[in-house]
Amino acid sequence: MTFDVLLFASYADAFGARSILVTVPAGSRVADIVRVLRGLDPDGALPERPLVAVNHRYAKGDQELHEGDEIAVIPPVAGG
Amino acid sequence: MRTEIVHSRPLDVAAIAAEVTAPENGAVSLFVGTVRNTNQGRPVTAIEYSAYSEMAERELREIAREACAQFATEHVVIEHRTGYVALAEASVVIAVASPHRLAAMDASRWIIEQLKQRVPIWKCEHYADGTREWVGQAG
Repeated sequence: MTFDVLLFASYADAFGARSILVTVPAGSRVADIVRVLRGLDPDGALPERPLVAVNHRYAKGDQELHEGDEIAVIPPVAGG
Repeated sequence: MRTEIVHSRPLDVAAIAAEVTAPENGAVSLFVGTVRNTNQGRPVTAIEYSAYSEMAERELREIAREACAQFATEHVVIEHRTGYVALAEASVVIAVASPHRLAAMDASRWIIEQLKQRVPIWKCEHYADGTREWVGQAG
């Protein structure tokens, strides 16, 4: 499965992109995507367990992914 | 109840207050977050807000719904800016009306705390020396 993982704010700056293509085997989970991204992370900006959203909802590391899911890695939020 | 992520227009505080005002209510509580000219001693010239718009809209709606249930009112409006917000301009406005003042004040405070913890919005501070920095939750 290939996902165009969305990046925002400091994470987008660190990767120099607003999204990044990640390919993982079928049955992969949120934590697998994070592992791949951390391997590609030039500045070590991503923590071990960053916030991740799947289809606009915060997701845990063991959530299983399905083709077509919208995945986003969420830096520490700072609204207000 | 209404929530909105507002792109590049000022927030109209008076209009938002008027929107929640109703004859059955005895109180309107307003929270207005504004851009401050310093952060931890550094002179700030503007804040650039960035959002994961679809999810931010969803989380704001969810917070407003939870506030309505918890504080027994339907009169909640939340607006949050994105893009560049100048010094002293409003970045966020929360208005809650209720028959009684305590519920309105408690709800308004609860909403801003939830917003700061849950809504995927980020701020990049621009400083007088030309540099910029994404600020974390404490900022």
